[in-house]
Amino acid sequence: MIHAEILGIGSYAPEAVMSNVDLEKIVETSDEWIQSRTGIVNRHISEGENTSDLAMKAAIAALKDAGMEPEELDMILLATITPDHLSPSTAALVQKKIGAKNAVAMDVSAGCTGFIYLLDLARNLIASGSYQKILVIGAEVLSKHIDWTDRNTCILFGDGAGAAVISKSERNGIQDTNIYTDGDMNDLIVIPTKSVKNPLGAIEAEYHALAMKGQDVFKFATKVVTKSLKEIMKAHELTNDDIRWVVPHQANKRIIDFAASKLKMDPEKFYMNLDEYGNTSAASIPLALSEMKQKGLLVKGDKILLVGFGAGLTWGTALIEW
Amino acid sequence: MIEKLKEILVEELDVEMEAVTLEAKFKEDLEADSLDMMQLVMEIEEEFEIEVETEELATILTVGDLVAYIEKKQA
Repeated sequence: MIHAEILGIGSYAPEAVMSNVDLEKIVETSDEWIQSRTGIVNRHISEGENTSDLAMKAAIAALKDAGMEPEELDMILLATITPDHLSPSTAALVQKKIGAKNAVAMDVSAGCTGFIYLLDLARNLIASGSYQKILVIGAEVLSKHIDWTDRNTCILFGDGAGAAVISKSERNGIQDTNIYTDGDMNDLIVIPTKSVKNPLGAIEAEYHALAMKGQDVFKFATKVVTKSLKEIMKAHELTNDDIRWVVPHQANKRIIDFAASKLKMDPEKFYMNLDEYGNTSAASIPLALSEMKQKGLLVKGDKILLVGFGAGLTWGTALIEW
Repeated sequence: MIEKLKEILVEELDVEMEAVTLEAKFKEDLEADSLDMMQLVMEIEEEFEIEVETEELATILTVGDLVAYIEKKQA
């Protein structure tokens, strides 16, 4: 059996920070309102860098952490819902920017679950024997697609990137991954592209910026987080005590707290940095993992659960032994 | 059903039992925001085996409204 493990991890967020107080000047909202409903205080916002720029910086940090040269990579998988272009892929731009000339590169669109989708793909592609060193990146410049006059959404999101080098290994590091899609609820979170408009016909796009049905997303998210974490723990005969950390997608503190209470798990085990970054979609989980590593919170042998959920709808879990 | 519902409200909204009257307004009197209401909905769906449509939530303003809604759904 060929195993896969995380060899290195890195992240990057734009320097510019917008606080809740800054947002009070743009839309009718308040620091108290935002904090009590989301847990968010700040978010990092691009001053002109695009998704591939953020991805490149996270990728370089991950390669350095892994002690690896870019030429050693045989694949780059990049999860984003805010690509630089519809085509070419953002992964292709990153391949050039970091000089990973031996890597095949492609984007994956799976909403905020993107990073978990990539872990599943990387783990299985390595197990197949076809690839050995895969760079996985979650990178977003969500600020491009936000309606900055919509106080329901503009307070929630931030820009950022996180990357990990996944390598073939004798050690079973990424022990399990599970990913899911439910297209029935595809309209809960939407980022639109262009309307259909050509000499033969026209269909106006339904939305002009990121649109979200917040209450329904809350319901979906708490349900799948609880259910999928229970399932993966049961499959591996793990109890709450066996788990050192749960790293959830950083969407909303209220979702995470409710899921923790439903699982009867110590909320302190749920790592959160959404107060500083807001929801960075596919970037949020690797951004959190990278920060945890820098703080020395990840100890070899620790069992860590990752859980993502987002547009699609998509959701997924991963079990990692650090 | 009302007794069980009151228990859920006390638990989920972190309020005193005495505050939970049929006239009590969720937003004003029980200080429930939109996400508290969703937590409540999930508990109620599980307990009373009904489906609550998110769009219909806007019409449920008081505890009495919620009692009537659950009774209608269970009928």
